[in-house]
Amino acid sequence: MSLVFEFGVIAAACFAGELLHHWIPLPVPAGIYGLCLLLGLLLCGVVREKHIARAAGFLLRIMTLLFVPAAVGILSVWGEVRRMLLPLAVAIVPVTILVMAATGCSVQWMKNRQGRGEK
Amino acid sequence: MSALLQQSAYFAVLLTIGAFAVGDALHRKTGRDMANPLLIAVIIVAVVLLALDIDYAVYEAGAGVISWLLTPATVCLALPLYRQIEILRKNAAAAAVGVLVGVVSSAVLIFLLAMVFRLDSRQLATLLPKSVTTAIGIGISQELGGIPALTVAVIVLTGLCGNLTAGAVCRLFKITDPFAKGLAIGAASHAMGTSKALEMGEIEGAMSSVAVAVCGLVTVAAAPVFMSLL
Repeated sequence: MSLVFEFGVIAAACFAGELLHHWIPLPVPAGIYGLCLLLGLLLCGVVREKHIARAAGFLLRIMTLLFVPAAVGILSVWGEVRRMLLPLAVAIVPVTILVMAATGCSVQWMKNRQGRGEK
Repeated sequence: MSALLQQSAYFAVLLTIGAFAVGDALHRKTGRDMANPLLIAVIIVAVVLLALDIDYAVYEAGAGVISWLLTPATVCLALPLYRQIEILRKNAAAAAVGVLVGVVSSAVLIFLLAMVFRLDSRQLATLLPKSVTTAIGIGISQELGGIPALTVAVIVLTGLCGNLTAGAVCRLFKITDPFAKGLAIGAASHAMGTSKALEMGEIEGAMSSVAVAVCGLVTVAAAPVFMSLL
């Protein structure tokens, strides 16, 4: 597939996601609707891997870079951040680590238990 | 010179890419999680903006094309997810438990925090959506009467923290299964964590995207309920 076509498919999924975001009154971004939509199309075979593989691979590889401008935005609310520094620090570091650990351990435990049940 | 830089259509883009390239090179050279390309890039950009006295709004306008690519990149997470759909089908129950644990543990911990620090309901609403992806979090914060700009900062810092600590947390808590790792990273630190999960492997990346999408949607439904309970 030509790269232009591949980006076209992705742009179409974004646009459809945007329409859903506009019509459904929930705080769900266009990207999440687009993701679900594109997954649905892949699963029912309307869109095939070869239709998006190269363009999608490129976007996924540079994804971390795409968060830089948003992250720099902390500068603009720095005053507010400083006022709540301690609770914010606790909310961010320990809470994030605990949520990650609790989720990971529970999933791994469930998966091991199921694995044993199958045998 | 400063005026020229402010008008330039490419300076902000170049600065962002350059800062990221430095971070990426340091990360490759040292091979350490602490040398996080995202964190290094943010620090470099912030220092340059402060040094040249350029407003964030000016930088944001120039670097907007980079942020603009986030929606198509998010949509593309459907691809690794599609490739790993079999694993997800086989472990649907484990994934559902993971999402539930992620959403509930985050809400409970934030509530405890609010009690300890005697936060008011405005501050609580600001912190509650901290683990979901930015666009969903802003909406929830607005809906519940939080401070959306501060919610964005908290979400970004949460993502940064997840991106930075994911490797160490998985080692420390002996989370070795790629499926579990992915869900954990996505549930705790949304799309910014997912970009780290993608670096770890395709299963990790795919499951992290599942967690981001499903936890986001569940939080939209659950946050007002939590808020009224708490």
